[in-house]
Amino acid sequence: MDTTLILYAVASVGGIGLVAAVILYFVAQKFKVIEDPRIDEVEQVLPAANCGGCGYAGCRNFAEAIVKSGTLEGFFCPVGGNSCMLDIGKALGLEAEIKEPMIAVIRCNGTPANSPAKAQYDGVKSCFVANALFAGEGGCPFGCLGLGDCVAACQFDAIVIDPESKLPVVNDKCTACGACVKACPRNIIELRYKGKKDKRIFVSCINAEKGAVSRKNCSVSCIGCGKCVKVCPHDAIVVENNLSYISYEKCKLCRKCVPECPTGAIWELNFPPRKEKTEASVAETENN
Amino acid sequence: MNLKTFKLGGVHPPENKISEAAAIEKTALPKTIYVPVQQVLGAPSVPVLKKGDKVKTGQLIAKGEAFISANVHSPATGTVAKVEEVTDTSGYRKLSVIIDTEEDIWEDGIITDGALAEECSLSAEEIIEKVKAAGIVGLGGATFPTHVKLMVPPDKKAEILIINGVECEPYLTSDHRLMLEKGKEMIIGIRILMKALRVDKAVIGIENNKKDAVEHLQELLKNDSQIKVQALKVKYPQGGEKQLIKAISGREVPSGKLPVEVGCVVQNVGTAYAVYEAVQKNKPLIERVVTVTGNVSKPANYMVRLGVPVSYLLELSGGIPESTGKIINGGPMMGKALNSFDVPVSKGTSGIIVLPESQSKRSAEVNCIRCAKCIGVCPMGLEPFFLAQLAEVKDWEKSEANKIMDCIECGSCMYVCPSYRPLLDYIRMGKTNVGKIMRTRK
Repeated sequence: MDTTLILYAVASVGGIGLVAAVILYFVAQKFKVIEDPRIDEVEQVLPAANCGGCGYAGCRNFAEAIVKSGTLEGFFCPVGGNSCMLDIGKALGLEAEIKEPMIAVIRCNGTPANSPAKAQYDGVKSCFVANALFAGEGGCPFGCLGLGDCVAACQFDAIVIDPESKLPVVNDKCTACGACVKACPRNIIELRYKGKKDKRIFVSCINAEKGAVSRKNCSVSCIGCGKCVKVCPHDAIVVENNLSYISYEKCKLCRKCVPECPTGAIWELNFPPRKEKTEASVAETENN
Repeated sequence: MNLKTFKLGGVHPPENKISEAAAIEKTALPKTIYVPVQQVLGAPSVPVLKKGDKVKTGQLIAKGEAFISANVHSPATGTVAKVEEVTDTSGYRKLSVIIDTEEDIWEDGIITDGALAEECSLSAEEIIEKVKAAGIVGLGGATFPTHVKLMVPPDKKAEILIINGVECEPYLTSDHRLMLEKGKEMIIGIRILMKALRVDKAVIGIENNKKDAVEHLQELLKNDSQIKVQALKVKYPQGGEKQLIKAISGREVPSGKLPVEVGCVVQNVGTAYAVYEAVQKNKPLIERVVTVTGNVSKPANYMVRLGVPVSYLLELSGGIPESTGKIINGGPMMGKALNSFDVPVSKGTSGIIVLPESQSKRSAEVNCIRCAKCIGVCPMGLEPFFLAQLAEVKDWEKSEANKIMDCIECGSCMYVCPSYRPLLDYIRMGKTNVGKIMRTRK
């Protein structure tokens, strides 16, 4: 067998490979993209959920934006939370803002019992479509349609529609990325402070109609009477357009407004059951 | 007879014109009427009255201030009980003027004798001004302000006025009865519209299932060389503006453009009649013909004052039967189910159709089998199954590239779909979103 044939073949292919390698080496040197290694470091720390909750298309974009701007001001990853931001700060030698953790809150309590159905909808199971067609089965033009656009938008399985109340319920998987807030065609969902031990107080209604009109459709709607405003010691409540709103930044969770509400539109979540009203307990809450 | 029609797509649902022999009846006024201030495809008008004010029939009650808006006039004499939000045909509560009615006292200047006024010596500008003041909108159902349609942009020229007497929706007969009973007035209205548009040619398009209307109008127009009556083959959605232009003139309106681009202006027969009333009799648009039909004991066509609750009309037609599942405002193809009986009749209400439970349930949706029936019937040459899929996954860019905005929402695709896919629901959702994106871009 002619071994030289094999040698020629090896030598020529090897030679071509060598020449190509040399060319590639110089081309790679010439067109090298210098990327800040810190971007990779930051990306490592991020949760890689790519949810868009920070306002950027994904975690990589967020990391690039942070490294480019050179400051952590105005950047916050809602999924990773404060610990993640502190880690980023450590990696970049920057000071991270500490933010109160937040959670999505459903501001509607129009269950079939509270807001009985007056019409039946059998169209596409999408809140967006139904919202364009009518006020809702219960007749409240502000209320939850219960068709689950928020559930579809949630990447974290944090919202489910409760089969009994036909309303979405947020569980503690919520990362406050805000996807459901954008998906809801009626802006019912709001991001609020998670609160100490998950304690929250909020007005579970966004109906801006006059009290007499809104009560026709729903027995637990806010009627804008303003009783809660008077009783609030922290100026946290405002009534605008026949609707009360509790500012989560000002609210100190004293619970005074809750029993005042004549329709039960103000909700308290995860509080211990109320004690009988004694003088001692009143004094205690005031001290807090 | 040579029957014309449009080329692309179309369906022929059962006609069910059960009220076509019922002559137009004038209805009495209920005690209270609810007049929504937004009865137009455009900006809501601003009410000019307060609670307790006295109004005469035909008096202005809400002024259209935006460019695309229309005045609203009082359909009755009486006292303003409230200016409040009332559920209207949109399914939402809208600002309305609630009037407690009394015996009619007409606003000064309105001629209420039935005499035919043939001569019109006004100039084009004066006619448009009068049409605008009378708050006339397209009475075919889309309620676009008529005066805006009459103002042809200076760089364009209208050549043909097309009068839409097609009434391609099943069940509806209001335009049919109007052509038979108010034909003379309507023709004067058409001449006035021709003058306003400065055109010397008009064609009335009528589907061939209304032969009596075709013959009646041909008889009236025997000696007229300018206005022609064209019988059309029965096919839905021939009453769509673009389809009618294609059927009558053979011209095709380019995507995203208005009919005047090809020299055509389309007006409904009801609009032509309203223009006659407004220009010759100074009477604003305060009443219209409404067909009440379907599963009722007395299907009828009523001349109704705007603001009368639908429940009142249903009562006149023999009440709502036990078996009722759905009440539709408009035709069965494009109309919308009402979610309350108390919604008032507005300028866009052409019919009220009562459907029994058995006909009103949607069948369960199954997967698309790619049979392409929807593509075959789409009168705009679109791919409804594809657009619906794009809208379902919220791909607005691709939806726009596939001309979702050209959809006229006729519902033919959903009518033929063997998988009962809610195609139009998804496409409407897509149109809303794409429209929003396009407006922000401008």
